[in-house]
Amino acid sequence: MAVDLKGILSPFSALKQGVKPPHTVRFPREKKETAERYRGLHFNDLEECIGCGSCATICQNEAIDMIKIEGFETKDGDSGLRPRVDNGRCCWCALCVDVCPTGSLSLTKDYIYVTDDPNAFLWTPGVDNPDGKEKISFTSEEGKPLLDYQRIPMRELEGMERVKSFAEVVLGYDEEEARKEAARCVGCGICTEVCPVHMHIPEYIFAIGRGEDEAAIKIIYDNNPLGETCGKVCTRRCETVCAISKRGEPVAIRWLKRYATERANNADLIEEIVNPEILPPNGHSVGIIGAGPSGLTAAYYLSLRGFDVTIYEAKDKPGGMIMYGIPKYRLPLESIEKQVGYMQKMGVKIKYNTAVGKDITFNEIKEKHEAVLIGIGFEKPYELGINGEDAEGSIQAINFLRMVNSERPVDIGDKVVVVGGGNVAIDAARVSRRLGAEVTILYRRRVEDMPADWEEIEGAEDEGVVIHPQAIPLEILTDENNHVKAIKYANAEMIPDPNGGRPRPKIIEGDEHIIEVTAVIAAIGQGADYSFIPEDIMEKIETKRGRIVVNEKQQTSVPWIFASGDIANFRADAISAIADGYRAVKGIEELLLKKEK
Amino acid sequence: MREKETTLYLGPQHPGVTGNMMVKLKVAGDTVVKAETHVGYLHRAFEKLMEVRSWMQCFPIVCRICVPEPDPNEENLARAVEEIEGREVPERAKYIRVMVLELARMASILLWMGGQSGSAGLYTMPQWSVGDRDYILDLFEELTGGRVYHMYIWPGGVRRDLPEGFEDRVLKTLDYLESRLPDYDHLMFENAIFQKRAKGVGVIPKEKALEWGVVGPPLRGCGIKHDVRIDEPYEVYDKLDFIVPTYEGGDVWARAMVRRQEFEQSISIIRQVIEKMPKGDYYNKVPNPFNWIVPPGEAYVKTESVRGEFGYYVVSDGSLKPRRIHVRGAAYVHGVSLLEKILVGANIADVSFIMNSLGVCPPEIER
Ligand code: SF4
Ligand code: SF4
Repeated sequence: MAVDLKGILSPFSALKQGVKPPHTVRFPREKKETAERYRGLHFNDLEECIGCGSCATICQNEAIDMIKIEGFETKDGDSGLRPRVDNGRCCWCALCVDVCPTGSLSLTKDYIYVTDDPNAFLWTPGVDNPDGKEKISFTSEEGKPLLDYQRIPMRELEGMERVKSFAEVVLGYDEEEARKEAARCVGCGICTEVCPVHMHIPEYIFAIGRGEDEAAIKIIYDNNPLGETCGKVCTRRCETVCAISKRGEPVAIRWLKRYATERANNADLIEEIVNPEILPPNGHSVGIIGAGPSGLTAAYYLSLRGFDVTIYEAKDKPGGMIMYGIPKYRLPLESIEKQVGYMQKMGVKIKYNTAVGKDITFNEIKEKHEAVLIGIGFEKPYELGINGEDAEGSIQAINFLRMVNSERPVDIGDKVVVVGGGNVAIDAARVSRRLGAEVTILYRRRVEDMPADWEEIEGAEDEGVVIHPQAIPLEILTDENNHVKAIKYANAEMIPDPNGGRPRPKIIEGDEHIIEVTAVIAAIGQGADYSFIPEDIMEKIETKRGRIVVNEKQQTSVPWIFASGDIANFRADAISAIADGYRAVKGIEELLLKKEK
Repeated sequence: MREKETTLYLGPQHPGVTGNMMVKLKVAGDTVVKAETHVGYLHRAFEKLMEVRSWMQCFPIVCRICVPEPDPNEENLARAVEEIEGREVPERAKYIRVMVLELARMASILLWMGGQSGSAGLYTMPQWSVGDRDYILDLFEELTGGRVYHMYIWPGGVRRDLPEGFEDRVLKTLDYLESRLPDYDHLMFENAIFQKRAKGVGVIPKEKALEWGVVGPPLRGCGIKHDVRIDEPYEVYDKLDFIVPTYEGGDVWARAMVRRQEFEQSISIIRQVIEKMPKGDYYNKVPNPFNWIVPPGEAYVKTESVRGEFGYYVVSDGSLKPRRIHVRGAAYVHGVSLLEKILVGANIADVSFIMNSLGVCPPEIER
């Protein structure tokens, strides 16, 4: 066999390698810089993180636990928890980083981490590496976002088209839009915490996203029988804390709820879909004063639990403030009637045109029922307290809205000034536009201080309402027939509060102006009227700043009397009223069923 | 007189075994009489795990099916999901994917050079080739954030765009690796001892190769031209110019020569990719991972991995999670039925050597 000389000699050429420098890095004498996007240890910007837990959910190794750490408390929009990574399980895929909606989570440049602490593999990013910020390498900023930060826009009637009628402004999502919008949710549930009634938001959104609208409706009705109302007019605290809102537009929770609930377009269909369990009658009877959102909610769930419930309502229609206080272009009459119609099918009895204290006495109600829930709302408007207020053409916004909503004639002429900055003021202004008037809003503070929803404010502006901030009305001027002729106001400057509170408006001396008007609508707030409650009982009910004091189950200092809605909470919105009603059910149940045992 | 048979367990912990598996050998003297592959030492149930993971969560799992060359797993999962969804992939992403796949092939071949020569007692080679492989891992680190598990190719494209000036650094690395080829040749491929060990050893009969389901370099080492990149081109392989090397003989040597030439082909492919790669988008975003539903359907996709044809069968029932993901790697044949057949008659000292030449990857056997 021939000798393969080349094959024997050529390997020896490797010897030349001996004189070349090695290509290895002699650590720690030499260091190797990591690449810009190296996926090293986790870092979390603890202040930015909201504890949504999306990182923990996506981690397929279940390497992340959400834990309580010192210095971070649970508050609105922040669970107070922070991720802790088990480096024994982590595979450094950085999916947690890519899905973190706030962008607080990242990976650092650390190649090597040496410690003598055997428990250090349990790693709380940001706590265990407070200096991690300087070493950040892999971030979600760099790539294309994995989450959808853009909201599916809501179709609306065009601004000047709207003022021609009371047609609903918001047109609602169609099926495809709803599915897409729902699919943006990360399901963290941060919203659930701030919702006064703790609706199962991620659950119903998920159902909508999957095309299971009926399941969504069922979930919504689990703790809110006025889901459709909320879907149209809720103040939606949930959206303000939505995890997606940190880097994008919050999920349109309200519009999704609206989409789902509107699918059931009559009371029979709601019944068919929700098909709730109704317990047999338990022999207990509850009287509810006021068919507003809190009273209706309590009545519905009490009925399902076998109570005999009667609502006493002074007016001829249900809904209270949502019927009379919210303009039809936001919440059509049929919608309320449909929702209440369903409740009546479930056994809720409503006596209309029955004003307590007039058509029936409070004591009579007391005789008839074992427990009474008062949910009368704030119906008594505050006065402006200026001269000329009682003139013809000077009206209170809620009276005005009520008249318009019940289709009674109101003459406001063609030039209206609305005083106030809350939702009621904006509603009054937008309704006035629809009645053909030019509208100016006078508001004491700055636009950004207005308590109204920003969407409502924008809506009003789109429709041609002029907002005049930092304007304080001084006097209403009248003509010889004692009819409103003009309003005199002064401009104000904002004085910072030395105690760090809201800046206060202060009149600028001499900067006074007069606007000619045909009507002045006052919308600076309302209070309650308790005159129907007999004095001896009222004496025993504890009140505070015009509101009735209740415990966490809405019970007053008189055990058989419960209170809910605007008279019992400071939030003055429908969803808080609904939450009160829901809580009152528990209180009443406990009171009456415990008595039995 | 018949020689006494002894049972010998090679592995599961053995430097010559390519991963955690065991070959139960019956030997008579130094000759293998029977070989049986035993797996079960690292079963991580990838396939089953994915049935209880969301689609996005499957993405970081699949790379772990193969340490030396994880990327074909990512590629397969991505292409299967894209096929079921009908999702378009931006052109640029397709080029980037090919670049990643070929870099991975080169890194694997370097690792194989180390293993193949190491199992023949040639210990200088692994030091060179594994060291040089690290230059490719540097590129991966820069591109993907990870050296070994890249988690980079995902449904819709790739996870991040190329960093500034990355192409130049790739070209520089390719130049360097190309300049190393003569060194490798001198040390390994021209080496008389290596040739002697490799020639005529571990022979796969050409006429049986297809029947036995042999793929990749072992098949091409039987002189049969078969390569998914050419036969059923995916991504942009049809726009690139390259050859599929074959070699006659069916032995370890033939397989080695095939891989040696493939290494050069990969260099050429990547250079073409860099030249032709368009600018533009690199990722056609999938839906929010928390709500990502893949429509009902199924897909079988395959990629030419360094070990050969590598398939994924993916089924969606229209839910948030896959109904079934089945992984079919080359090692399933090469490490079980093929290995058991061609070890018979081999010398014990050649067992690891033959195993290395087949590219046996245990996690591909037990997924
Ligand atoms: S996903 Fe981001 S914001 Fe949410 S808990 Fe994790 S680190 Fe915090
Ligand atoms: S990097 Fe991946 S494995 Fe590690 S904690 Fe994040 S999601 Fe989990």
